[in-house]
Amino acid sequence: MKYDVVIIGAGVIGSCIARELSKYDVKALVLEKASDVCEGTSKANSGIVHAGFDAKSGTKKAFFNVEGCKKMPALSKELDFAYKNNGSLVLCFSEDDIPKLEELKKRGEENGVEKLQILSKEELLKKEPALSKEVVAALYAPTAGIVCPFNLTIAMAENAFVNGVEFRLNTEVKNIAKEGDSFKIETNNGTFETKAVVNAAGVYADKIHNYVCSDKLKITARKGEYCLYDKKVGNLVSSTIFQLPGAYGKGVLVTPTVHGNLLLGPTAEDIQDKEAVNTTKNGLDSLQKTAAKSVEAIPYRSVITSFAGLRAHADTDDFIIGESSVKGFYDCAGIESPGLTAAPAIGAWMAETLSKDLSLNKKENFVAKREGIKSMALASKEEKEALIKKNPLYANVICRCELVTEGEIVDAIKRPLGATTLDGVKRRTRAGMGRCQAGFCSPKTLEILARELNTDMTKITKHGEGSEFLSEHKSL
Amino acid sequence: MKTKIAIIGGGPAGLAAAIEAYDKGVKDVVILERDSLLGGILNQCIHNGFGLHTFKEELTGPEYAQRFIDKVKERNIQCLLETIVIDISDKKVITAMSKERGIFTIEAEAIVLAMGCRERPRGALNTPGYRPAGIYSAGTAQRYVNIEGKMPGHKVVILGSGDIGLIMARRMTLEGAKVEAVAELMPYSGGLKRNIVQCLDDFGIPLKLSTTVIDIDGKDRVTSVTLAKVDEKMQPIPGTEEKIECDTLLLSCGLLPENELSSQMGVDLSPVTGGAKVDESLETSIDGVFACGNVLHVHDLVDYVSKEASEAGRHAAEYVLGNKTKRSEEVVNISTGNGVRYTVPVCVRKDRLEDLLTIRFRVGNVYKNPEICVYLGDKCIQRRKKQICAPGEMEQVILKKADILADDGAKEIKIAIETN
Repeated sequence: MKYDVVIIGAGVIGSCIARELSKYDVKALVLEKASDVCEGTSKANSGIVHAGFDAKSGTKKAFFNVEGCKKMPALSKELDFAYKNNGSLVLCFSEDDIPKLEELKKRGEENGVEKLQILSKEELLKKEPALSKEVVAALYAPTAGIVCPFNLTIAMAENAFVNGVEFRLNTEVKNIAKEGDSFKIETNNGTFETKAVVNAAGVYADKIHNYVCSDKLKITARKGEYCLYDKKVGNLVSSTIFQLPGAYGKGVLVTPTVHGNLLLGPTAEDIQDKEAVNTTKNGLDSLQKTAAKSVEAIPYRSVITSFAGLRAHADTDDFIIGESSVKGFYDCAGIESPGLTAAPAIGAWMAETLSKDLSLNKKENFVAKREGIKSMALASKEEKEALIKKNPLYANVICRCELVTEGEIVDAIKRPLGATTLDGVKRRTRAGMGRCQAGFCSPKTLEILARELNTDMTKITKHGEGSEFLSEHKSL
Repeated sequence: MKTKIAIIGGGPAGLAAAIEAYDKGVKDVVILERDSLLGGILNQCIHNGFGLHTFKEELTGPEYAQRFIDKVKERNIQCLLETIVIDISDKKVITAMSKERGIFTIEAEAIVLAMGCRERPRGALNTPGYRPAGIYSAGTAQRYVNIEGKMPGHKVVILGSGDIGLIMARRMTLEGAKVEAVAELMPYSGGLKRNIVQCLDDFGIPLKLSTTVIDIDGKDRVTSVTLAKVDEKMQPIPGTEEKIECDTLLLSCGLLPENELSSQMGVDLSPVTGGAKVDESLETSIDGVFACGNVLHVHDLVDYVSKEASEAGRHAAEYVLGNKTKRSEEVVNISTGNGVRYTVPVCVRKDRLEDLLTIRFRVGNVYKNPEICVYLGDKCIQRRKKQICAPGEMEQVILKKADILADDGAKEIKIAIETN
């Protein structure tokens, strides 16, 4: 069996490419080493839709960022994921730095960002009363937004799957060999043959690239630590608050999330271990200290969790997108911020490129719309009643903090590319994402997973093999 | 539907409140319980030691609960199970949801809040490290072992010496796990003395005071945790790190009253307890809304929960029957003096005082040979010697109405711990 395209990696980039590619008549496969889509960088980031003024004009980052930002509102409706256009501010704390704001504004305009505006201290404090009184001015980008990174990725993957793209989870690429016009991809789950390979392997994109190409690539994992705060303090700020950027990126931001929490982060630290998603005392301390410069009275006691993600940083400091030195092997590497924003645009561009190179035809029966899991928490009274009437499981609340019901969890498991792990349910439904962080609901969610997957609770994992929660009693 | 008294929660507090309200003459009482069983968290507390005060015998949690469930059944008190309350308005209209009824409302004349508490999760502790499987709150682990019959792990470190953590140290040991240590941030345990003796000492499990977890390792499942001693400011002391290999970390780091509904409806909450501010009748800032049990403040013994809850049930009944005078603005506040973290109630109204007034509180530190002193204005009206007061044990003073009324102008009752 030979594929037209194999995409390596089911993060936001791989999933967006898969979805856009599924508009064509194509035999495509996504390989993912984790047990679910959205298990790497895509699950631990700021969830920001950047306006697009940060990246230098003419770079791929600038182009795909602005394009992605423009696509996001319509896409969020088409694929039913949470997005909010809340605007962003870049704060400046010294009169001497105002030229830097103006430079950012100019760069943004060159990049095609609309409606950029410099706000005075008075305007700022009126807009965001919680900001530090030390603030002098800020660049306001009304087109910026916030998005649910999980459901953006999951929606793309689901829609790709519905449109015929195959997914192999728990499948890790061990080697790739080019033989004639095709590639043989060796995995722990068999070998796959394909005409084209798309490398969307995140922090491992160098490893995948280097299997095939003689010009070697290096991706550095750059860790970012975050603190997430309770919804009761989620309205501390309404825009996404940045500080003037430094050498390691856009610095620590303070933002509401699209679900109404408050998020602080990320730090930036280059690390060796590409699995080291641990938080550190230094990281969390420095994070809170830096954030305190932007916003007064950060409600430290309302923290509900902290986490870390790894950005895939390329030495070139730009996205590496397109066909590599080897014909038929395409890279989407070094996709650090603004990668989440850029992802839909990267997906569209890659799909178009592949369609030309492989002479693919548009599909006639492409299903563009995807309906997400109905959220009882967000439903009106009438919608709630209708859901319960149709399926009484929607009246059985499993996660009290986020008001997630059994109906939603069962849907998350049963739908295309459904959840098989506790984290998978959590990312799809928010069960366990609230203030008690799954203390009450995890036993019930494990039970539901075991029942729906027709297995035993001891087989259910947090995020794949090795992360089992429970075992049988040891016999004495 | 309409009811005289709606009770939110069918755990020990809700059950006792319902029984007492019924016995005081209000037959139209309804208990709303989200689980499929009455009894609340007692259902998973299969160890004994419950009921020593109430029944003068040692019962297990389910047995203790059953005594109250039986009384509720005898009285035919209406219980809506698998029913979750999603909103209560300040006009006492309850919106609830169940598989059977869908979304429905209950208009109540009085409400007793009895939703209990939940455990402080890892996230709130902001402990650095990985986020693998194998980290559970002690109560969740208790559910896995006692209800699901599964083992949450085999080599265990416990952070926090709250009672559930201590109980689980013993439980896990009895089930064949090895409990390596219990680490406690404070220089004293937050649990009952009897639990330290019966659950740790008897099994040779070390209790490491002034110690915390500073790192959690393991990408898929916990592989080790690192403990360190802390200084007086609770900061880890470099050089005292101790890495312990384990597959499980249990957390018993405090309980938080679950007051989302109360706060949505506008009930004033105490920043210290996280529970409602109540007066002598356990009535909250909203007329006709009462609170009791762990949703009001976290108790050490369920016997005291039952006692407090039956008081709340009685007051709710009197409110409904019109036997309560309207709340006057004139209050005597109860303030916290040296060593006292909070009091329940926070104030009394002289015109509503009964013959005896119980004030429950907790201390903020360990005191040896202290005196619990009660002041009315400047005058000390009660002084009681104790061998020890510790944060893990709830304290109480009982005042006579006559003593409080003796000083007409007094505006404040103060409770303080005095040591020589």
